[in-house]
Amino acid sequence: MQQQKSDLALFANPALKHSLPKSPTGIRGLDEITLGGLPQGRPTLVCGGPGSGKTLLGLTFLVNGALHFDEPGVLMTFEENAEEVASDVASLGFDLPDLISTQKLVVDYVRVERSEIEETGAYDLEGLFVRLDYAIRSVGARRVVLDTIESLFAGLRDEGVLRAELRRLFRWLKDKGVTTLITGERGDGQLTKQGLEEYVSDAVILLDHRVLDQVSTRRLRVVKYRGSYHGTNEYPFLIDQAGISVLPVSSMALAHDAPLDRISAGIPHLDGMLGGKGFYRGSTVLVSGAAGTGKTSLAAHFLDASCRRGERCLCFLFEESPQQLLRNMRSIGVDLEPWVTSGLLQFHADRPSRYGLETHLATMHQVVADFKPTVAVLDPVTNLMTVGTFADVQAMLTRMIDHLKTENITAVLTSLTPGRTEVERTETSISSLMDTWIVLANDDLGGHHRRGLYVLKSRGMAHSNELREFVLTDHGLAIAANGDAHAAAAGVGLAAQKGPDRHAAL
Amino acid sequence: MQLSENAAAPSPEPKAYCLRLYVAGKTPKSILAFTNLKRICEDHLLGRYEIEIIDLLENPQLAQGDQILALPTLVRRLPEPIKKIIGDLSNTERVLVGLDLQERR
Repeated sequence: MQQQKSDLALFANPALKHSLPKSPTGIRGLDEITLGGLPQGRPTLVCGGPGSGKTLLGLTFLVNGALHFDEPGVLMTFEENAEEVASDVASLGFDLPDLISTQKLVVDYVRVERSEIEETGAYDLEGLFVRLDYAIRSVGARRVVLDTIESLFAGLRDEGVLRAELRRLFRWLKDKGVTTLITGERGDGQLTKQGLEEYVSDAVILLDHRVLDQVSTRRLRVVKYRGSYHGTNEYPFLIDQAGISVLPVSSMALAHDAPLDRISAGIPHLDGMLGGKGFYRGSTVLVSGAAGTGKTSLAAHFLDASCRRGERCLCFLFEESPQQLLRNMRSIGVDLEPWVTSGLLQFHADRPSRYGLETHLATMHQVVADFKPTVAVLDPVTNLMTVGTFADVQAMLTRMIDHLKTENITAVLTSLTPGRTEVERTETSISSLMDTWIVLANDDLGGHHRRGLYVLKSRGMAHSNELREFVLTDHGLAIAANGDAHAAAAGVGLAAQKGPDRHAAL
Repeated sequence: MQLSENAAAPSPEPKAYCLRLYVAGKTPKSILAFTNLKRICEDHLLGRYEIEIIDLLENPQLAQGDQILALPTLVRRLPEPIKKIIGDLSNTERVLVGLDLQERR
C-alpha cells in the first residue's frame, strides 16, 4: 500500500513528465503509468501469454497514433494476414481497411513456413529490412509494431543468424527513429520464449491473464522503462467493447481536495454524533455490522436525504435487486421509489460473480461517468470478496474509493461482519481508506433484540464516542436520545468492550 | 560479374525451369549465390532454365509478393509448386534437393 502511494505520487509531479520524449498510446491509464507513453523513437517489448492482449495493445497503439496523434504506422504481422487482423479488431470500431486506404497504416503479413524453405548456405534477413523500410517510407510511418517476431524462430533454422539479425533490426529501427512495439510470447523462466528482452532494453511491458476461481483478471506491469519513472505495480486492465483500458490511476496521487462543507447523514441523531453536521462532502463512510443490523437501512436514509436535497445518487447493489431493496425500505418508511422515478436515484445491481473485479471496477467507473452522481452507496462491498482474493479486493476498493474522492462523491460503503466479535479482514484493511466508520451491533441480552450504533472514527471532526441504541420503526431508523446511551451500551455489551481495543488498533 | 536478366541461350519455347534470385545489392553473398546458381544450372539444367535477378534495393515493393525475408532467396516459379531456397547456395546438394532435382537423403 505504502509502496503504491509513493510510486503513484510520482504521477503528480509535472517536472518528471517530460524527462524523455514519449509517444502516447492513447490507452487510458497506460499513458499515466508511463508518464506519457512509450519511449519515442525506441523499441518497447510487450510480452505475455496467449490471449493476454499483446496484439490488441499493439494495434491500439497504431490506430490511436494514426487517428489522434498524426503518426502513421506499420504493422508487420507474422501470425495473421491483414484480413484476419482487420476482422479481429473490427468489433472495437477499428476500421483498418480505411486507415490503409487513407495511407495512415500499412499491414505487411510475413509468412514463414519452415517446410517450404530449404537453407543452402549463408543468409541474412535483409529482405525483412527491405520490406519494413519500404512500408515505413510508403506512409511516412512514425510507429511500427512487430507481432510477433518470435515466429521467425519457428521458420528459420539458423538461430545464430536470427539473433544477430534481430539485434541489427532493433538497432536499425532505433536509428530510423520510429517508435516500435515488439510483441513476444511469455517464456518459462524468462519474459519471452526467445529472450527478446535481451535485445530490447528500453522498455518492457508485461501482460498477464489469470483465471482464478473461474473469474478472469488481466494485469499489466511496466517491468522496465529506461530513463523514465514509471509505475511499478501490477495494474488491472480491461478488454471490452471500447478496447483496452488500464484502470485509471491518474487520480492516485493523493491530491484530492478536502472540502469543508458537510452533508446530512439523513438521520438527525447520527448527524449529532458526527459533530452535529453530518459527513464531509466527498468523504468515504464505512458502515459495518453483522447480518440484520440495519446497514442498508442506514444507507437508505442517506440516499433519501440526499435526494431530498436534489443530489444525484447512485446505488450499487451486490446482493439484492433494486425491487427488493425498495420494498424492504418501504417497510421501514423510507420510500425511495419517487427518486428513482424522478431520475435522481439510479440503481446498478450486479452479482459479484458475474465478472472479475476489474470488470466490476470498470463498469462502476463507466456508470459514475455516465450518471455523474454526487452521492454513492455500495451495498455490501464485502460481497465482492467472493470474486477475488483479499489483496485484489483491497486494491480494487482502493481504486474505486480513490476515484469517488477525486470526483468529490460522498460514498457510503456497507460491510457485512460475519461474527459478532471479530472485525473482518476486509474491514480492517479498507478502514484506513475510510474517513468515517460507523459500527452497528446487535444484542439479544435481556430477552429482547437490541440494536446499537457507534462512530468508531471520523476524521477531521469531533465525533461522539458513545454507543447509542437505535430502533427500526415503520417511520425509519430512530436513534435513542443522549440520556439512554449508557443503558443501551449496557444492553449491547459486546461493542462497548471491543470498542476501545479497536480504537487503539487504528 | 554480370547479372544478366536471362543467363540461358535465347530459345523460342518457354523454359521448363523458371528461377528468380532475390538479392539486395551486389554483396559478396549475392555474387556468390549467383555464381553458385549459374554453375548448378549449367551442370544439371542445361538449356532448360532461365534466371531472373531481382535487386530489392531497386524494387523493394517486389519483396512482399514472394514473401521474401532472408536474402539471398532463390524462388523456383516453374515448374510448380513454388519452391524457396535461401542462402548463398554453397551447399549444392541441398540446392538440388530444393529444386527437386535430387531425392532428399
